[in-house]
Amino acid sequence: MDIKLEKLLIKQTDFSLRADLTIKDGTTAIIGPSGGGKSTLLLAIAGFVAPSKGSISIGGDVVTDTPPAQRPVTLLFQENNLFPHLTVFQNTGLGVRPDLKLSKTQIDQVEDALNKVGLADMGSRHPSELSGGQRQRVALARALLRDRPILMLDEPFAALGPALRHEMLDLVARIRQEQDSTLLLVTHNPEDALRIAENTILVADGTAMTPQPTAALLNNPPPALAAYLGK
Amino acid sequence: MVIRPQSMNPVARWSGLAALLFVVLLVAGPLVALWLRASTPSILTSSDWAAVRFTLFQATLSASLSVVLAIPVARALARRSFHGRSILVTLLGAPFLLPVIVAIFGLLAIWGRSGFVSQILLSIGAERLNIYGLSGVLLAHVFFNLPLVTRLILQGWTRIPVEHFRLSAQLGMSPKDLFLRLELPMLRSILPGAFLLVFLLCVTSFAVALTLGGGPKATTVELAIYQALRFEFDLGKAAYLALIQFVICTIIAVWSLRIAVPVAFGGGLSGVVQRWDVSSKLLLWQDSAVLLAVAGFLGAPLIAVLGRGLPALSNLPASIWTAILNSLTVALFSAALSVLLALALAGFIDGLKSRRPKVSFVVEGVGLLTLAASPFVLGTGLFIIIHPIADPFALALPITALVNAAISLPLALRALLPALQHNRLAYGQLSDSLDMQGWSRFRLTTWPTIRKPLGFSTGLAAALSMGDLGVITLFAPPDVETLPLIMYRLMGAYRMDEAASVALILVALTLTLFWLFDRGGRLGHQT
Amino acid sequence: MKRSLLAAALVTFGGATWAETPTLTVYTYDSFVSDWGPGPAVEAAFEETCGCDLVFVGAGDGAALLARLKLEGARTKADVVLGLDTSLIANAKATEMFAPHNGIPAGLDLPIEWSDDVFLPYDWGYFAFVYDKTLLPNPPASFTALLDSDVSIIIQDPRSSTPGLGLLLWVKEVYGDDAAKAWETLSPRIITVTKGWSEAYGMFLENEADMVLSYTTSPAYHLIAEEDDTKAAAIFDEGHYMQIEVAAKVAGSKQEQLADAFFDFMMSDTFQSIIPTTNWMYPAILPSDGLPEGFIAESTPQKALLIAIDDVEAIREEALAEWLSALSQ
Repeated sequence: MDIKLEKLLIKQTDFSLRADLTIKDGTTAIIGPSGGGKSTLLLAIAGFVAPSKGSISIGGDVVTDTPPAQRPVTLLFQENNLFPHLTVFQNTGLGVRPDLKLSKTQIDQVEDALNKVGLADMGSRHPSELSGGQRQRVALARALLRDRPILMLDEPFAALGPALRHEMLDLVARIRQEQDSTLLLVTHNPEDALRIAENTILVADGTAMTPQPTAALLNNPPPALAAYLGK
Repeated sequence: MVIRPQSMNPVARWSGLAALLFVVLLVAGPLVALWLRASTPSILTSSDWAAVRFTLFQATLSASLSVVLAIPVARALARRSFHGRSILVTLLGAPFLLPVIVAIFGLLAIWGRSGFVSQILLSIGAERLNIYGLSGVLLAHVFFNLPLVTRLILQGWTRIPVEHFRLSAQLGMSPKDLFLRLELPMLRSILPGAFLLVFLLCVTSFAVALTLGGGPKATTVELAIYQALRFEFDLGKAAYLALIQFVICTIIAVWSLRIAVPVAFGGGLSGVVQRWDVSSKLLLWQDSAVLLAVAGFLGAPLIAVLGRGLPALSNLPASIWTAILNSLTVALFSAALSVLLALALAGFIDGLKSRRPKVSFVVEGVGLLTLAASPFVLGTGLFIIIHPIADPFALALPITALVNAAISLPLALRALLPALQHNRLAYGQLSDSLDMQGWSRFRLTTWPTIRKPLGFSTGLAAALSMGDLGVITLFAPPDVETLPLIMYRLMGAYRMDEAASVALILVALTLTLFWLFDRGGRLGHQT
Repeated sequence: MKRSLLAAALVTFGGATWAETPTLTVYTYDSFVSDWGPGPAVEAAFEETCGCDLVFVGAGDGAALLARLKLEGARTKADVVLGLDTSLIANAKATEMFAPHNGIPAGLDLPIEWSDDVFLPYDWGYFAFVYDKTLLPNPPASFTALLDSDVSIIIQDPRSSTPGLGLLLWVKEVYGDDAAKAWETLSPRIITVTKGWSEAYGMFLENEADMVLSYTTSPAYHLIAEEDDTKAAAIFDEGHYMQIEVAAKVAGSKQEQLADAFFDFMMSDTFQSIIPTTNWMYPAILPSDGLPEGFIAESTPQKALLIAIDDVEAIREEALAEWLSALSQ
């Protein structure tokens, strides 16, 4: 499903971000210096930040004024993706029904999702009893259940070690393929982008640039990206 | 995960022990002194026990009501941003800081038999309002404490991570789901502590219970103590009653500390998280109605105090200036002391947390107890102790400052402890690994994280001390008048208008003092 | 110039240098020392002649004053105590802290005979219910009428206030064994019971009740100080309970002569003429100029009531128990 940002302007107290671009099916990475507006771009697409100008459309429908829950989008945050007082099972089950009144088949679905992310026996634990990687797996399991056409990740694996991060990225890539969804991923690591993203958007100097093939962009970086990469 | 406890810094240990010893002596010393001076063994009469029952009854009811009513107010404040929101949040600090007698007259101007509401009722042909009785006591206690609880709960709301609200929005949670999943768990952790605080504050209520309670039915333990001390000079009975009050408060304190997580004051009140669950018209109306009602409920008596005090303002004697100076001096000394005490004790408790959790719990409980201390017993007991060995007049300033500091200690402790704990958990190991010790550790890592609650508690201590009339009456040297003292003396000499003007000055100064400190703590902070 | 708190503390520490002028310390109630009370004028007038420093120490109300003295015991700084009243005298005498005065001056203008050799009256008044004439055109003219009426009243708590105690004794004196019943009848019309006189009177002025327990001399304050003639005291046929305010010398005071001089001054024309318009009570000896205009004859009770000093303690206990049970129902 395509995401189209037309003449988008997002203004916040201390900075502004412009975007006029289309994100195609497949996997797209968002890269750029911190504080440049990468997260803001995702928040706008998910409906948490209202643009001052321009429009956002997803799969041909204009969603600029649609509330977050009605957008075909799941967004995973850097942290706090889980409610600390709910169990792993409950946190995951929220993806099926926010009031957690689950039928027998729905319970099976939740267990299945936990299975897929490798947390089969952890359903009764609380988030505080999990490692950082396991917590983000719970969030992924919930994203699986929500089954939205667009999955967006805001550096959810930034705190993990390289091996674990790669493992998680591969898991995400697998999920994307399985669900045939559009994946949008903020990262500060060019390696990650190369690993799973065909296209990459550079966000720098208050502008989100048109997506470019990742390898080409990284091999021949424009000045802003070169500065960020230290090349 | 087991964190290897570091040995406690000796400065923290000794200053903490000294502060603890001081609090224990301050609370227990006067009781012992009263007992030793008591000439006859005292027996509690049935009316004393009735006073105990009524005290428990009204404090429980007042605390419950304040807590229940504060929830929708805090909820509305947490999810709405509007013009005047910061004014309303500031207004929330005001009632708690009002001297009791000033608040009573403010409330009567609105709710009294000739008050604003009664006038409206009379003009439409209805009966005038009669609040005297339990309803009057509850009205006043809710007026004092609802804002306090609202601020505490609001704090809890701002501690919910913004991601959780976004997550709920993305998952399409209804307001009801969101309440059950997000807000209720937060409330469960905060409400017991808030309840305890209000309960303790209401236990020692005296003038409110008597004046608005409508008669001896509304006799509290504090009044019985006053009677024993002033009229019957039965020191033993006063000590006995004070002890009962302590025991009750300790039981309640232990009970609610067990089920509560620490409640923090100050800080983080200005931010409003954008919410996606509250766009419905009905909720907007509901929140607006709640906020308007609370603004009116808190604001109207304050406006009445203002209006009542203005006319005679130019009529005040010149001695008002020295009274202002005296009051400010006492307030500032006492605020400084209170914060030093609280810092020492909070550091000590925090240091004990990782090593001896049970001991730290007891120390924390002791730190709360001065709230349950009867100011009359405290003042009289100290007087008995000090009078033989030193001139009470000469010690007026330090004693008044000390006692006021001790009384506001629990509030300061509540504000500082969570900040210190958070600081240790977040940066403790980092600081250890950098071998940051002593002063530089305090200055570089502790100070920046606690200055906000510190500013808030300094302001609170100063403000509470401004309105105090408990201890200064016994110790104040001749010619030395504080604002509350001058106000009472004017009332006693028929000068009600002038007394109202002094009340106005007192309230204005108190709020300014609080505001300055509270704001000072926030300066340079992004909130 | 008033001293600041800090300066006061310093002065007391270095007090020796000030010992040149003798100091007479008088403990009294708070409103006596307020700027509009008798304190400042009395201090100025006495210091003109005594060659001394007169220091008033305000210690709450009359009851608090006695409690303060008991707390301090023999080590008290007080040379003179001024402001106890008739219902506290027996209690005060039991402390044996007071020394006899030099005799009762001739010409005391009290409605009763005075014979106490320790406590000397300096002013007095009648308790009475005060009302606003414009709001209550037909006030009750007796206790019986009050009990039968639907007039609302505010009173003070006898456990924390001297006027409250005065009313307790007043009702007991009028009704005797029927006092409990009288309180029960009165109970529904008592709007509230306050800690002290100030709160009650303040609430009355805000129209919280039709009448308030105060003094027959209260309307004089409004008339003279505020030129407001709407307030009046209801005069009851059964008579009015008296409050006689007294002073006494503290035994063992080092300033006995000064204390005697102060007692002489207290009964002098100067002191007595300060009292009416500052303490708003009747002077113990009428000043040569008489009472100021505004101390109206119409509010003078026909009959003065007072329980003998030595009987007060026992009666108080019984009456208090009756009061508590009647008003707690």
